[in-house]
Amino acid sequence: MDISAYIFAAPEIVLLVLICVVLIADLFVDHERRMATYWMSMASLGITLWILLATAPESRTLVFSNAYVSDALSQVLKITAVGFVALAFLYSRDYLRANDIHKGEFYVLGLVGLLGMMIMISANSLLIMYLGLETLALSLYALVAIDRNNATAAESAMKYFVLGAIASGALLYGISWVYGVTGTLMFDEIAAAIAADPSLNNLSLWFGLAFLIVGISFKFGAVPFHMWLPDVYQGARTPVTLYIATAPKLAALAFTIRILVDGLGGLQDTWAAMVMVVAVLSLLVGNVVAIAQTNIKRMLGYSTIAHVGFILLAIFVGTDKGYSAALFYTVTYIVAAAGAFGIIILLSRRGYDAELLSDFKGLNARSPWFALLMMFLMFSMAGVPPFIGFFGKLNVIDAALSAGYPGLAVLMVLVSVVGAYYYLRVIWYMYFEKGEDQAVLQASTDTRLVLSLNGLAVLALGIVPGWLWALCTAVFAAL
Amino acid sequence: MIGLQHYLTLSAMLFVLSIAGIVINRRNLILLLMCIELMLLSVNFNFIAFSRHLGDDTGQVFVFFILTVAAAEAAIGLAILVVLFRNRRSINVQELNTMKG
Repeated sequence: MDISAYIFAAPEIVLLVLICVVLIADLFVDHERRMATYWMSMASLGITLWILLATAPESRTLVFSNAYVSDALSQVLKITAVGFVALAFLYSRDYLRANDIHKGEFYVLGLVGLLGMMIMISANSLLIMYLGLETLALSLYALVAIDRNNATAAESAMKYFVLGAIASGALLYGISWVYGVTGTLMFDEIAAAIAADPSLNNLSLWFGLAFLIVGISFKFGAVPFHMWLPDVYQGARTPVTLYIATAPKLAALAFTIRILVDGLGGLQDTWAAMVMVVAVLSLLVGNVVAIAQTNIKRMLGYSTIAHVGFILLAIFVGTDKGYSAALFYTVTYIVAAAGAFGIIILLSRRGYDAELLSDFKGLNARSPWFALLMMFLMFSMAGVPPFIGFFGKLNVIDAALSAGYPGLAVLMVLVSVVGAYYYLRVIWYMYFEKGEDQAVLQASTDTRLVLSLNGLAVLALGIVPGWLWALCTAVFAAL
Repeated sequence: MIGLQHYLTLSAMLFVLSIAGIVINRRNLILLLMCIELMLLSVNFNFIAFSRHLGDDTGQVFVFFILTVAAAEAAIGLAILVVLFRNRRSINVQELNTMKG
């Protein structure tokens, strides 16, 4: 095999080597000097990012017997994923130290999870996709249980594990049928086989496809396979929730687009109907149940389900514009999610988690600046102009309208109005209710600075959304 | 003569049995872990049957990967089980209900 093939997988290979270095070096670091592990992990992310930029492919390149793909989509998703993992580490650091769970394993598992995401993003074979997915999922199960003296975290880890394993089982069962019908595991060969022989587009393949959709819905957390998501968001320690809520969504998007579009694009008529049902149910259930929540992490969990509904509807539309809208929506949503969980972490201190909605009462009196940032983030999630979340929703609705689905566009507008209620309630609590907690917010300078930039980013991106949309469009035009 | 459909039927029966085991079982988490293993093994059965039928080795290679991942998954599942038992002194499925809504 040509040695140049390794260059396209260099970011993953280097990241794996660096993970091993961090894992072993962490053994020789005392608990008081655990910050060294943090800096090593950040350095690893920096090096990975640099190699990603240095090895950017000029066009779509397939290596390792076509099992591995490097293209514009993988490049954009990987760079974003590295950035959000770094953000998660930064926001988590002080919280973990204050709560005596500042362990090297947090960073190592976070990095292994990133490796899994990068493998998923670049997979061009169902086998590689499965291995990346499991690398990510197994790290996440362990991350949720990282605070081993916390019964709630252990319970949510168990639920996540059992439901995640069922999802993997269903996905594998679907993969086995797709393999049996088409005789290959490579996405482009599956697409070619279906195009060459229309008789393959039969009930057996649809049977496998249905199981694949079940697996995808589970991993995304879409209704009716969403049961794990609110429990995991609520039960896991907030830094872990922040990690789960951000970068893995990018991997899930790549997972869906590679399987459904690259591999089974010929069956679009069949999968579109299934994806639409899942997406519409997610929009309705996510937005309605979120209203009844009193725990803000759980509320954001249900709001995630609603956002996943938007992403899946954009994929359902099935045009390049729809896929670009899905990518745009995912990126803009996780910017807001990272900021919102960052502020929840900021409000927490030793032995106290700001988990309840009522903990946000009177935040404006305690810290007008962070109350303002939280307002920006909530407005962005609710889709209020000029924040970036508005353009995310607008693009999805526009894609649905131009593909001829006015009914879905109306539905999306209506559920957004319902959804705005529970985001605005947070703002109401911050500005118009009196809080009992008067403790001064404590955070290190770098956390404050980055969190402020994150909050302002939803406004800044909203004022100039054009370049991001151009980037998302260019990614799919290049495929 | 035993053909492809017999293998597929057996595999589907094992798959449904494992799902039923997960859904019906309300007592013991260890049984749940066993059902998950059964589910992965039924998938392996499918892969081998298809691989033999197609005369293509890829399916058998996939089985080795599934077996490896299943081992890692079982290790993590049991580790979480131990953490849960240390905190709760119980591995009853019905008691996993502190979060609702």
